[in-house]
Amino acid sequence: MTTHTLSTLPRHLLSAADLNRDNALLVLDTAEELARLADRPIKKLPTLRGRTVVNLFFEDSTRTRTSFEVAAKRLSADVINFSAKGSSVSKGESLKDTALTLEAMGADAVVCRHSASGAPHRLANWIRGSVVNAGDGTHEHPTQALLDAFTMRNRLGRVEGLNVAIVGDVLHSRVARSNVLLLSTLGAEVTVIAPPTLLPVGVEEWPCDVSYDLDAVLPKSDVVMMLRVQRERMYGGYFPTTREYSRRYGLDARRMATLPDDAIVMHPGPMNRGVEIAAEVADSVRSTIVEQVANGVSVRMAVLYLLLGGALLETAEQAA
Amino acid sequence: MKPAHSGPTPSGRPVTGDPSAARPVLDSADLGRALTRIAHEIVERNHGASDVVLLGIPTRGVSLAHRLGERIAGIESATTAAPVGSLDVTMYRDDLRLRGVRPLEATEIPPGGVDGKVVVLVDDVLFSGRTVRAALDALSEFGRPRAVQLAVLVDRGHRELPIRADYVGKNIPTALTETVHVLLAETDGRDGVLLGPADLQRTSSEEAAR
Repeated sequence: MTTHTLSTLPRHLLSAADLNRDNALLVLDTAEELARLADRPIKKLPTLRGRTVVNLFFEDSTRTRTSFEVAAKRLSADVINFSAKGSSVSKGESLKDTALTLEAMGADAVVCRHSASGAPHRLANWIRGSVVNAGDGTHEHPTQALLDAFTMRNRLGRVEGLNVAIVGDVLHSRVARSNVLLLSTLGAEVTVIAPPTLLPVGVEEWPCDVSYDLDAVLPKSDVVMMLRVQRERMYGGYFPTTREYSRRYGLDARRMATLPDDAIVMHPGPMNRGVEIAAEVADSVRSTIVEQVANGVSVRMAVLYLLLGGALLETAEQAA
Repeated sequence: MKPAHSGPTPSGRPVTGDPSAARPVLDSADLGRALTRIAHEIVERNHGASDVVLLGIPTRGVSLAHRLGERIAGIESATTAAPVGSLDVTMYRDDLRLRGVRPLEATEIPPGGVDGKVVVLVDDVLFSGRTVRAALDALSEFGRPRAVQLAVLVDRGHRELPIRADYVGKNIPTALTETVHVLLAETDGRDGVLLGPADLQRTSSEEAAR
């Protein structure tokens, strides 16, 4: 149908920048309808019956992998979980050989997480199916950005015009990069706040403001997104002590009190309670942390449906 | 299946094709009378409307279901008015893989549910019967109605499945290549049914989808 080509997704979802405003809104609208499936007695749709989705995870993840698995299963797709531990990858198989193996098994979509930035992009060149980036190194995590935007829209009614503060380890955060790209596409005003050592080179090119002062930004923020301090990616001293980091960039009850009345607090998880976010903040009514997990399933269902539910013709055409 | 107007148009999207070449077969008054008759038939056949649930198939089926609900409430007392909802069948269609992906429409099951009720599915045009098949599959996910009936404004023939309507506003014999446009004030600004000549571009895409 030509009437819908306007808002169809690209074949892969590798970066939040792959989505224009119409595409992104299509994903959010679709997710909104699919979210209601959770209230039904039978939480299953027949739409992707006979399609195979491979979860290819080279990096530990419980939340994202489970979320994609539930999403694919609720659409009746067959799901194969492939983790690097205990696979031929630990015997030295290359990403390309792994991809070709999955291709030969007939994967219609590969959901890929890898510690190397850009791995899903490489994968997309080698296989015919759709590739969904589920987090690559310190680069991107587009479905996380989509579920964050979905959560904002649910709680605050809109994304456009919101003031969003993204706070913390921006340097190592794929969540931050994807959110900045997607939220600016959707018309939000984003400010990233971090110590200078935790900001990436080139951040001034990002479509957002940059600040070192959390207390100055909080009073005019509708959304505060706290990022996890990623110790596993830190090989040097980025800040003197955890306590000092927490005092300058952690969100505690005192700081939360300076937010506008209806502002929300988000965290992509897993949290370091007491480091970037105080326990009383994480458990407050402003916190959307548990909702974000539930919304993740709806948004990933929407992405899988929009990538795989449509015409085979188009896929064949693009692969040719 | 309702490529009769322009395929499943998302709400608000105008009907495609050239309306000036189309011939009116029902005007606004005819359409109103047909709905009034269907409302009476539903009440008569089900001995009242106390167990009836009207489920419209988006987009125009939902508008029609609401109009039928109002008419039934006018016939019966307001306390036994039939609840009205909508049932999106997109995820249950058999032609998803032949066409591009479609946006989803709203599904609203009325609070009383469908278990043990008489569900009347409402759509604008009955053509191949594939939309109704998808609707029956979708409906079974929400419960087990005592009976399922089908009301359509226009039956244009050319069934591809063993499906028939219980209530028909108007039977319109058509050629496969002709197009039926149902216009409703809610989505199109006015009421009426138009029969158009073959729309070559659209017809070829519909044929491809079969």
